[in-house]
Parts: sequence; C-alpha cells; structure tokens
Amino acid sequence: MIEREVVVRNRAGIHARPAALIVQTASQFSSHIEFKNSHDTINAKSIMGIITLGAGYNSTITISAEGEDAAEAVDRLAQLFDNRFEEE
Amino acid sequence: MLDLLDLDLKKHNDLELRCIGARHGLLRRITMPDLNRPGLALSGFFENFGVQRIQIFGRGEQAFLEKLAVEENTATIKEFFRQDIPCCVFTHGLTPTEEFIRLADEADVPVLQTTLDTSEFVMRVIRALANVFAARQTIHGTLIEVFGIGILILGDSGVGKSEAALELIERGHRLVADDAVEIRRIAGNILLGQGVNPALGHHMEIRGLGIINITHLFGVGSIREKKQIQLICQLEVWDSKKAYDRIGAEERTWDILEVATPYLEIPVKPGRNIPIIIETAAMNERLKKMGYYSAREFNQTVMRWLDSENARKAYLQKKGIT
Repeated sequence: MIEREVVVRNRAGIHARPAALIVQTASQFSSHIEFKNSHDTINAKSIMGIITLGAGYNSTITISAEGEDAAEAVDRLAQLFDNRFEEE
Repeated sequence: MLDLLDLDLKKHNDLELRCIGARHGLLRRITMPDLNRPGLALSGFFENFGVQRIQIFGRGEQAFLEKLAVEENTATIKEFFRQDIPCCVFTHGLTPTEEFIRLADEADVPVLQTTLDTSEFVMRVIRALANVFAARQTIHGTLIEVFGIGILILGDSGVGKSEAALELIERGHRLVADDAVEIRRIAGNILLGQGVNPALGHHMEIRGLGIINITHLFGVGSIREKKQIQLICQLEVWDSKKAYDRIGAEERTWDILEVATPYLEIPVKPGRNIPIIIETAAMNERLKKMGYYSAREFNQTVMRWLDSENARKAYLQKKGIT
C-alpha cells in the first residue's frame, strides 16, 4: 500500500469540479484508492464521497492506494492537488 | 468538546443543561463517556479520582459544599479544580456557592446546571454520551430503505449501486445516503447508517446525468435521515466461475463494527433487474423476521413430499400393484 499526504491548495476547496477531476483520474487506475481525513475514509472513485469529505482550503488529506498501479495513481492524484486543480 | 450543550435531543432525552459559570471552559474535551460523583474528592480523598469524567453534583454534594462554605474551607475545592476536569454539573437546578463558581472560573472548568434530578440526568447523559462515543465507520455504499428494511448496497465503483438505488426510489422506496455512509453502532448491536455530511442533503451521482437532488426530484417522501442497517447486498460483476447461492437456505452474515448482519451476494449482468431482486430480498428478509424462511420451508415441503412418495411406493409394492 502506498500513502501520501497532500494539502488542498486552491481557495475554494474540493467542490464539484475538482471532485470530478479526482474521480476521473482515480478511475483510470485499477488500484483501490482511498482518501482519508481526520475522521472519514472514502473511496476516491466516488464523486459524492469526495464532496462529502468536505475538504476546505489548507486541509490535509491522505491518499492511499493498493494495487498494481498504486504508485502511479498516487503520483497523478498528488499532482492534481499540487496544480490546485488548475484553479486559483 | 462540549458539544453536549448543542446535542439535538428530543424532549424526553433533553439534558436541560445551562451554563452558569466559566463559559470559555466549554471548549474542554470530554474524553470518556463516564460520570463521577465527587463526594470523596471534596472531602479530601483524591486517590483513584475519576479525573476525566463529568462531575455530577447532587443534593448531597451541594450540602457538603455549603458546609465547607460556612466553615470557609476552600482547600479541597482548590485541590479539586487543580485536576483536569471536563465539567461540573449541578442537578435539581441547584446553584453552587459563589466561591465555588469563582474557583471554577479561575480553573476554567465550566459549571453547568440542569433542572433534572440526578438519576434522570445520569440516565439521559449516559445515553447521549454512548451515542457520541459509539464506534463508527464510513463505508462506500448506498443505504436505502426498502419496504421498511434498511439495505446497504455495496460493490465496486461503476457496478451500478446508485442506478439500482435510483430505480428503487422511483418505485417508492427511500434513500438514506449515497456513496458514503456513516455507520454507528448504538445500543450494543444496532447499526445506524446516515449520510456523512447531513448538511449536504440527499444527492446522488448518476453517470451521464451528473449530480441530482433526490429531495427535489422525488419529494421528501423519498428520503430518510437515518436508518438501521438490516441487510447487506453486495453487487458484483457476474463471474461465471464463481458459485453463487442457488438455494438460500443457509444464512450468511458480514461483520460491520463487529455486528453480524445478513448478507447477500448479488451478481450483476445485463438483463438482470437488480432493483426487483433487492425488493424481493427485502420482502424475504421481512418474512424471515416473522419466522418464515422460504428456502427452508420449501425444502421441508420437498422432504415431506419425498417421504409420502416413498410411503406410497412401498404401499403399492406391498399390494403387488407395480
């Protein structure tokens, strides 16, 4: 299992559009991918799950993936966070 | 945190709490769901003192505090507040001495007052704390109430959980939560499921449509806030090599938070109408609750029939008819 901590860097936090981006990216991999915050763990391939996580500006999320392409999946997802989901 | 004051409790559960001192101490955390009567501590005996617990002051403790006040003895109260106490609660609507509130203020320990009597308050607060401290888990799945049975639909992304749920809603059943279900174990063995974030309401994501609002589309009759989980349906893509249950006489269970819950594995493939299968599973579950097990009863009928058939054959043989 591969884990990485990421920080939400866009001002608006994870709303519908970033969530869709995350799900689209996560769905390209066969690995089981999860997002964790302090109290919940949700499946990264579920858009409602990610939105209900309620990740606001500067909150920390742990991405964890398990499967053949786990490393690449975590890389690509972390990249989305680093690029602020192409937002401000 | 002392969210206790905010707890949305119904009339018969209401704690009727009011803060009467050291308001900013309300940020303190309650770390365990236990209570303590501080009688021994007030008399100066602090061994095994339940520090992290909510301290309950009833008539006895109040009388003792008043006696201490008359004697102008504050040493033990000071010592009492030197401990890391989450809060003090006075029952019966008792008001503590001014000295006590002043010392509480200094120590930042909030003083609360309730109009309930001690035993009633203790009962209610233990119930409330048990709910707050209940074991919880978030599960990827859809929770829906079908014919009164709370069904948790599990399965990988894209297997059609939400689509199955949508058709069930269309058929008059109620959605509790989609995608992320927060499950809490209450009263020992009841699994209560609800949406992770109640503020976001009842929405679903349907591939091709996007996010839809169930309350607006289907009306308030089609949603529910929380529901006990009574059956788990695992949807999975049909695997031709796998043996699926064909009889259903043996009951399988799946553990969530260590509570064994009836469990069905439902293979999905084009042409199989999953919502109807889930509906039927719900009705079957209700029959089971009433003591009628379709598969077992059927088997017994078959066995009775075989018995009578054997008896008939034996009889005919004896008569030499065959």
